[in-house]
Amino acid sequence: MSQVPPTTAPSVYLDHAASTPMHPEAVAAMTAQLTRVGNPSSLHAPGRAARRSVEESRERIADAVGCRPGEVVFTSGGTESDNLAVKGLFWSRRDADPRRTRIITSAAEHHAVLDPVYWLADHEGAEVELLPVDHLGRLDVDALRRAVERDPGSVALVSLMWANNEVGTVQPVKDVVAVAEAHGIPVHTDAVQALSQVPVDFAASGVDAMTVTAHKVGGPYGVGALIVRRDLDLVALLHGGGQERDIRSGTIDTPAIVGFATAVELAVKHREEHAERICGLRNDLVRRVVEQVPDAAVNGDPECTPDHRLPGNAHLTFPGCEGDSLLMLLDARGIACSTGSACSAGVPQPSHVLLAMGRTVEQARSSLRFTLGHTTTRADIDALAEAIGPVVERARAAGVLTGLGDAPAGAPTAVGREG
Amino acid sequence: MRVLAAMSGGVDSAVAAARAAEAGHDVTGIHLALSRNPKSYRTGARGCCTIEDSNDARRAADVIGIPFYVWDMSDRFHEDVVEDFMAEYAAGRTPNPCLRCNEKIKFAAVLDRALALGFDAVVTGHYAQLRTGPDGLFELHRAEDMGKDQSYVLGVLSQEQLAHSMFPLGDSRKEQVRVEAQHRGLSVAHKPDSHDICFISDGDTGGWLREKLGTGSGEIVDSGTGEVLGVHEGSFGFTIGQRKGLRIGRPAPDGRPRYVLDIEPVSGTVTVGPREELTVDHLTGIRPRWCGTVPDRPLEGTVQLRAHGDEHRAAVTVGDGGAQVEVRLRDPAQGIAPGQAAVVYDGSRVVGSATIAATRRTAATSGA
Repeated sequence: MSQVPPTTAPSVYLDHAASTPMHPEAVAAMTAQLTRVGNPSSLHAPGRAARRSVEESRERIADAVGCRPGEVVFTSGGTESDNLAVKGLFWSRRDADPRRTRIITSAAEHHAVLDPVYWLADHEGAEVELLPVDHLGRLDVDALRRAVERDPGSVALVSLMWANNEVGTVQPVKDVVAVAEAHGIPVHTDAVQALSQVPVDFAASGVDAMTVTAHKVGGPYGVGALIVRRDLDLVALLHGGGQERDIRSGTIDTPAIVGFATAVELAVKHREEHAERICGLRNDLVRRVVEQVPDAAVNGDPECTPDHRLPGNAHLTFPGCEGDSLLMLLDARGIACSTGSACSAGVPQPSHVLLAMGRTVEQARSSLRFTLGHTTTRADIDALAEAIGPVVERARAAGVLTGLGDAPAGAPTAVGREG
Repeated sequence: MRVLAAMSGGVDSAVAAARAAEAGHDVTGIHLALSRNPKSYRTGARGCCTIEDSNDARRAADVIGIPFYVWDMSDRFHEDVVEDFMAEYAAGRTPNPCLRCNEKIKFAAVLDRALALGFDAVVTGHYAQLRTGPDGLFELHRAEDMGKDQSYVLGVLSQEQLAHSMFPLGDSRKEQVRVEAQHRGLSVAHKPDSHDICFISDGDTGGWLREKLGTGSGEIVDSGTGEVLGVHEGSFGFTIGQRKGLRIGRPAPDGRPRYVLDIEPVSGTVTVGPREELTVDHLTGIRPRWCGTVPDRPLEGTVQLRAHGDEHRAAVTVGDGGAQVEVRLRDPAQGIAPGQAAVVYDGSRVVGSATIAATRRTAATSGA
């Protein structure tokens, strides 16, 4: 008898930090645009119509994130924006003054920032300073101040994420800007996770460049933007038609940008009530999971306010369990979450963020990230609360076994299949 | 049953998983990440360690319609298989890492974890057959396709391990499996077979060993006269029974070819001599592993001494309180190196296996 494959099980999606479902309005706007011909760079009527859609979208996005329309540079998403900011700023700053070779960033950044930084160190002679974070994942601003003041003239840029993608900790971006500004050092921030969850205002923040992406806020995949202060010099990564302020070349993806703008507008407009709602659900999730698994430890900042933690992030360590066992067992029950770790060829590595927060490799491997979003309901939390106890128990049994020699023969049948 | 299909990215494990799913089992596919640095194993596509192989396995799981995950077993693999492989060579032995991987990884670490996670069995694409014997025990038998038979590398499995294993390809021929893969829409249908050792990407075992263990020159000595015939730049390039590449300046006095007879790991001395001295008729095996009950009397059966090697008629006796196995070969064998596995068969049934610790020539057996 054929059994119901897990893929058809009722789906509980708790991985909104990876990608959140598109807003229906964004789908509608994008779909409508897909049926219209016209390259925004063309001079004829269809081209002009497409250009108008792009520029209207740019204005809507600028309005939502607190920048001028001319400061929105469309890209293919978060990774490209981070690369453009880090490499583009490094090159332009060093070109202006060859002493500027230091890049200051934190040990808890996303790989889209860390990897270009390491690449610059390997290939362009950059000197990298990874600043420590505390046990909540927050940057030590004094360490930043010391690093900058040691030799401010040699700093090319500072890059610090607005909010951490794994544990949800909000970084002291304003304090960082205050330190850097005094020495004329540009600051880039990756606000991919922050936008739609905490108030994000580019101009008020004082940063010089800011990464945003569509698929984390209810827009389509493959489109994002780097918000670049108007007078900031940036060396391009992609050369060609120079479509985006000569900083970024490539045919402009009008439908995706229209979907992006619709999503950002909605996300920012409803941010406050959304944050309050998912913060409540998130706190419930944590409380109920810890009820079932009393030794589970919550990672990140416990306080759910815009200066502390993203409202939709719950990150927990389950001692004695492998994160990927937990993920697989929950997946089999139709519950999608993340180990929050970077994957190369699908091989989970212990999270560098948790390691930077002082956790052990073992703790890092025993952790799961649940992230809530606009489609999350109470029923999702109920389903997780019901599943987590048995799942942890089973993963724990698998986590401690190392070889058949360690287990009594026949032990297998004692953990036979359930329901 | 809930079963876990170990998918290497090759055609065999893909078809095995598909057959298990079609038989009504609830199948989950996993790919074992065995390399600590997958990129370094990328060239050569030797079977199971590259990113392409992982992707091939994932695509096969998609087509079959089963969930798929990658399990990181690289630390275990490195410790239990790669380091063991190096240590064995350093000690002058010739290990079989595939048996070791089956014993320590696939049917131990992976199976244990699978059972603990609620699975009932592990499915692999090995060509071997499982049957239930008259005593109710699980029996491991050679595959229908003798050309592909892999019962040799499974000779380390215990009754408990066999009880939780499935080998859906045991009754098939490789050509059928490829045709079936194509009918099922599996893109790996025509992927070349893996061969050699998966963690040595270019197939140059000697070079790999030299890189890991360093070179050490030594003497090449004649077995009869004790005369030093030359020097070599590292004993890892030699295997017992090797004839070519000895680079001895002058021929033997009788003009006959010389073969590597012995490798002494500490001094690096390589002993060479005539072919008949390669012949052995007695083996001592250690670390025996039995698939079912331990033979309590001398067993007249056959032994196989290398993967895809010949069968030798033999009398097998368990000694030293079960810690040792004495094998008297009725058909003498040549070029047998300590470290190789002797797998004992009773007809088509695998009885067990042992690691060869010593070889002897007791009778005046001919070199043929």
